[in-house]
Amino acid sequence: MKSIKAPNVSGVGSPGRRSVFSMCGMCATRCPIQVEVEDGRVTWIQGNSHDKAMGASLCAKGAAGLSLEYDDDQRPQYPLIRTGPRGAGQWRRAGWDEALDYVADKLKSVIDKYGGKGVVLSDRGGAFSDLTKSFVKALGSPNYFTHDCTCGSNAHHATKSLFGVGRTGMSYDFKNSKHIVLYGRNIIESLQVKEAKDFIQALQNGAKCTYIDPRATLTAGKAARYWQIRPNTEYALNLSIINVLLKENLYDRDFVTRWSIGLDELSSFVMDKTPEWQETYTGIPAREVRSFVNEIANDAPKAIFHAGWMTARHLQSFYGSRTAHAINALLGAIEVPGGSIFAKGAKDVGKKGLNNLTDRIPAVKDPRVDGCGWKHTHFDPGPGILHLLFPAIETGDPYKVGAYIAYRHDPLSSLPDPEATMKLLDRLELLVSIDVNYSEAAWRSDVILPESTYLERANILTEKTGPKPSFLMRDQAVSPRFDSRPAWWIFRELARRLGVGEFFDFENVEEIWNYQLEGTGVTVAQLREKGQISLADKPVLWDREKGLKFKTPSGKIEFTSSVLKKAGLDDFVEFAPPKNMEGDEFRLLFGRSAVHNHAHTMNNPLLNELLDYNPIWIHPSRAEKLGIADGSLIEVSRQGYAVKGLAKVTPWIHRDAVFMLHGFGRTVPLQKRAYNKGTADQRLQKGMLTVYDPAGGGHALCECTVHVHPA
Amino acid sequence: MSKYYLLQDSERCIGCLACEVHCKTNKGLGVGPALCKNTWVGPVDVKGLPRVRFVFMPCFHCEEPWCFKVCPSGAIKKRASDGIVYIEPALCIGCKSCITACPWGSCQWDPVTQKAVKCDYCKDRVDAGLKPACVTKCLTQCLEFGEAVKLPDYRRDRFAKLVAEHAFSTETTSP
Ligand code: SF4
Ligand code: SF4
Ligand code: SF4
Ligand code: SF4
Repeated sequence: MKSIKAPNVSGVGSPGRRSVFSMCGMCATRCPIQVEVEDGRVTWIQGNSHDKAMGASLCAKGAAGLSLEYDDDQRPQYPLIRTGPRGAGQWRRAGWDEALDYVADKLKSVIDKYGGKGVVLSDRGGAFSDLTKSFVKALGSPNYFTHDCTCGSNAHHATKSLFGVGRTGMSYDFKNSKHIVLYGRNIIESLQVKEAKDFIQALQNGAKCTYIDPRATLTAGKAARYWQIRPNTEYALNLSIINVLLKENLYDRDFVTRWSIGLDELSSFVMDKTPEWQETYTGIPAREVRSFVNEIANDAPKAIFHAGWMTARHLQSFYGSRTAHAINALLGAIEVPGGSIFAKGAKDVGKKGLNNLTDRIPAVKDPRVDGCGWKHTHFDPGPGILHLLFPAIETGDPYKVGAYIAYRHDPLSSLPDPEATMKLLDRLELLVSIDVNYSEAAWRSDVILPESTYLERANILTEKTGPKPSFLMRDQAVSPRFDSRPAWWIFRELARRLGVGEFFDFENVEEIWNYQLEGTGVTVAQLREKGQISLADKPVLWDREKGLKFKTPSGKIEFTSSVLKKAGLDDFVEFAPPKNMEGDEFRLLFGRSAVHNHAHTMNNPLLNELLDYNPIWIHPSRAEKLGIADGSLIEVSRQGYAVKGLAKVTPWIHRDAVFMLHGFGRTVPLQKRAYNKGTADQRLQKGMLTVYDPAGGGHALCECTVHVHPA
Repeated sequence: MSKYYLLQDSERCIGCLACEVHCKTNKGLGVGPALCKNTWVGPVDVKGLPRVRFVFMPCFHCEEPWCFKVCPSGAIKKRASDGIVYIEPALCIGCKSCITACPWGSCQWDPVTQKAVKCDYCKDRVDAGLKPACVTKCLTQCLEFGEAVKLPDYRRDRFAKLVAEHAFSTETTSP
């Protein structure tokens, strides 16, 4: 078996001790880390304390990177080519040349048949996506997707509709805030190290947290106010908050007059949306809402209404996020310490940004297969809307695609109804997974190309936007333990085989880094010293009188939006009340714990030891009627699909809902530790693949209802 | 009691369990033995609010260690200099007496070496002037390690603040 190696980054594998500054890869936050290496072996990982907000802190997943590296052999160790039917688990080991030739040949035949646009790639977006976007673009395909339709799409588009920037274009200054309002943003369990630290520090400094969630998470345990809201009704609550702010004149009139359009329209829309009105839907007492609004108006502008991170929740999630940010605007809590602050890039602070790989490649003419940017003018064509790919596969409209590459993304764990998803993917000629782990999708792919772990690979450089933008580096700490390769090399090799190698004419990752840094005045050596270079000395805040840059058509905060109008959407819609759940019917909710990352870490030896099962939360008042006792076995079903699991009877879940942690119920037999443990919410979400919020594009996963019985 | 104490501020702790993994990876321990445990109790209903208490349990490095007294092979040592109680692996015969004896379950079994293991306050790190692994990398920095007589007094500070706030709010401030 011929094996062509990717070159290691210089210095890797040398004897003695080294400190390598890099970025964690256990979750998509990619925290800055310091890795201690002794004679080519990682001995210690901690937060990169050159980053003051990070310090040495690291989460459980980050710590378990060592376990991934050295204890976990139940992951792909060399390229695999399928020999039996898809999903049957019959593989043969292949060398890299053979596997890459195989994939390239299939891609070639797909491109011959459908054109470059017949190739689709999905990843989880973020820091290094310039590489994957370039690969897709080089093939002449517009069809790069992120996982955002199962994550931030609704918040993303809502933020855009008001401020002209996407979800990550607004950052939250928790540390200086007086009042932090979270709608199910489970900040200490679904955690990012720096954010969680800042949040706790803010509370220590005397900030209050109001936490609104049908489930009392550990974050609720830290909150000064907890509202167990009826699922899918936060939009009604927000409308009533706006009602009180406007009627009682508690908003920042100067700021709103200076910087927004459409206040009158908003005002008349919320006229009848009183706290009393919302109470019937949310279950939150009207007088509590009133006193809350008065309190927060006092705390403003050092107040944050978090517009949500993972907002693929219900059919009006877009408007839930949009009103949360509208409240921030009404409070004047924009571009002030303790409020929401525009994330700045290199250009915003007068510096040259990194050179993009995509800029070297000619623009693609074909329209996106999901209709984003042309048919759906209000959907950002950058990340696309992945679930809109599936109707296109089914109908061939607007055109056919033939190949799907899942990179570091597991469409069968993140999208609802994997059975329906797989049925459609089965129509494609080629399915490839590039991953460190056996994902559910990898197991059903034609080829698995094992990517080296984040400790064994370097990535392209990345620019982090924020009040203080910076360049960051993921450096290679050690040589790969198995026959795996870094992503830059895998995509370069495929590009070369497909005749577009000129766009990836780099021999090693250092050459890519040098290209990216050209003209920025920053050198690779400087970056390696501390792992990051800050582009500003202190947080940059624009002048609130004259300097705010809203990238909306009007240049202002748009309570009335021409973008929405063009798409035939309302600025604000009437609230659609969800039906109350009775008898054996429940809404299915899901969430995360602090020790696992989505569905990627369930088989990690040390993390699996901490948590390998997800009980099903149910409220005592409902459980009792159904004869369900705490700890007893129950059956949860929907549309002919049923699973069994252990009940956790607790008042800390709303009576309308059952709850389970996401990511469990793995079906890859080679993942022996996690195999078949617990239940998978996505598999219960039957028929939900194409149910989404029409304004935000994100899934409406919490619209899913299930039946619950003793087993 | 050793001269050191490892103090946890439950108010800051978020139950992320990173400390447990930091400890294991530092000691090279796999699945099974846990030299520290962060256990949480709750949520319980406190005036309508869910409240959770976190209790971090390494070894207490007792003044008269139960584990030390029962060890038949003299494997359990107590450092004269600072009172750290640790196991000398070469002397451990795997009899598990210490596991039975420790009232808090601090002594653990390592299936790989077939010997008992316990928290040693990361004495190598302490001797090198560093803090234990769990303390160094605790996510919220809610763990403090130091000489018991010098540990911070944040609970008193917090209480004082509450008292003061109450006093201020009941005083008349307007003329
Ligand atoms: S949050 Fe944890 S897993 Fe995610 S990047 Fe940071 S340290 Fe790694
Ligand atoms: S790492 Fe710190 S914050 Fe996390 S559970 Fe342990 S003690 Fe608590
Ligand atoms: S192991 Fe138990 S008995 Fe021994 S010193 Fe620690 S806490 Fe005390
Ligand atoms: S002091 Fe060291 S050995 Fe003891 S619990 Fe903490 S990390 Fe583990």
